[in-house]
Amino acid sequence: MKNNNQEAIIDIKNLQISFDNQEVLKNVSLQLFNGENLVVLGKSGSGKSVLIKCIVRLLDSDSGTIDVFGENVNTLNGSKLNDLRKKIGFLFQSGALYDSMTVKENLEFPLHRIRKNLKQQEIDSKILEALENVGLADALNKMPSQLSGGMRKRISLARTIVVDPLIMLYDEPTTGLDPVTSDEISALINDVQKKYKTSSIIITHDIECARATADRIVMLQDGEIYMEGDLAAFENSKDPLIKAFFK
Amino acid sequence: MKIVLPVTKAKDLVRGNSLIISEKAIAQTHIINHFLTDIANVCLFFARFIKQSFTPNTEFREFFKQCFQIGYKSLPLISVTGTIMGLVLTIQSRPVLANFGAESLLPGMVAVSLIREMGPVITGLICAGKIASSMGAELGSMKVTEQIEAMEVSSTNPMKFLVVTRVWAAILMIPLLILYADGLGILGSWAGANLKGDVTFSLFFTQAFSHIDFYDLMPAVIKSFFFGAVIGLVGCYKGYNAGRGTESVGIAANSAVVISSLLVLIVDVIAVQITDMIG
Repeated sequence: MKNNNQEAIIDIKNLQISFDNQEVLKNVSLQLFNGENLVVLGKSGSGKSVLIKCIVRLLDSDSGTIDVFGENVNTLNGSKLNDLRKKIGFLFQSGALYDSMTVKENLEFPLHRIRKNLKQQEIDSKILEALENVGLADALNKMPSQLSGGMRKRISLARTIVVDPLIMLYDEPTTGLDPVTSDEISALINDVQKKYKTSSIIITHDIECARATADRIVMLQDGEIYMEGDLAAFENSKDPLIKAFFK
Repeated sequence: MKIVLPVTKAKDLVRGNSLIISEKAIAQTHIINHFLTDIANVCLFFARFIKQSFTPNTEFREFFKQCFQIGYKSLPLISVTGTIMGLVLTIQSRPVLANFGAESLLPGMVAVSLIREMGPVITGLICAGKIASSMGAELGSMKVTEQIEAMEVSSTNPMKFLVVTRVWAAILMIPLLILYADGLGILGSWAGANLKGDVTFSLFFTQAFSHIDFYDLMPAVIKSFFFGAVIGLVGCYKGYNAGRGTESVGIAANSAVVISSLLVLIVDVIAVQITDMIG
């Protein structure tokens, strides 16, 4: 599928998923085009996080298809799914840093598994480069428990970009952070897109983050797509629900 | 209160055109359903553990790290437990044996009881408390903070990295801890014998080991491998399948201790029966 001469690298069609007979996503269809930042907005419990967890198959959908780089995620087996996951970076809401490992070991972990042919010297230089990109080169030997919430998010972002992913999935990247740190994380998301030429889906309910990062916005409401468009369309919308978000 | 469901069969239970089911019966069905689902999940977990144990790319580094955590870090607790076990057993048995003029049998009796039963079971229960709870809490908190999912999206099989390494480390380390506790127990027993007497180290140990043969040691060693498996599997299962909130971490750790302790005792009963049958 093409849009303005851009190729859809993620193409979701009629995605449905339910937990305990409660429908969380109902016939959701959307595309992520090459090089864009797609922000998925919505209230808590609207199914945003479930959507991106289905993309990397952390959750299995009930029906519908998810094509990533032309491959249907739902039909991939173990090794092929792992190969696809190597192309996708996932920033978790909680950061998900491994508590028992230092910052360096946290960044080494995916490198050892995804870039198996790298020598230790190359691994060290990639780790340093990723940490410099998030402004935390001096945190190399710290434990996650010694880091603040904002630092944990940055290190988690460094762990994600260190393997050079083609797609970035951000799950609530600014939740729980102060406004200054949130702005810094939003700026980092844009920096990552420019430097690593990634395409991103950013799940958020933080309007400032959406304003700073979005090329296109999709709004989810009760598991369905409520509105889709660019930032201006949302800012100018007369819809009460959209206005409540963008006031 | 009764819930009425429309049915077309089950004539005995039908009044008019409806099946009468009491709330109690529905609750019991839920309990049975929950219990059977739990058993199925445990079997599935065990099958995945076996499968992942014999697939390539073993995580040796994590395995040795877990051996260190389970084995070396348990040494202080096991040392104290083992020594006290031998000491107390000697102090309490000595007057009874003295009444029958059989004080000379004390080293042999203590050694046989420690090696055959008390050493494995008490060390197994201590390990269930320390190791299973630690596994349950660690994996539970990793689940809650999405670390297990982070591993999965890093193309790492969390079952292989977290569970296989921990369970095999427990299977290997717990028998060694039990043998270590047995040794210290006999040492504690010698110290106990010297509280109200004077027995040389070499005489005590010669007497102790003269009463122990292959059939005392082997069943104890074999069952201790099963203790390790039970403790590792239950600890990992409870942590790996913890719920979403922080409360579930506590529940996982607690239930890991309770269930693994219970299973250690059940495995012991089965092992004793088998040893008895073999003779």
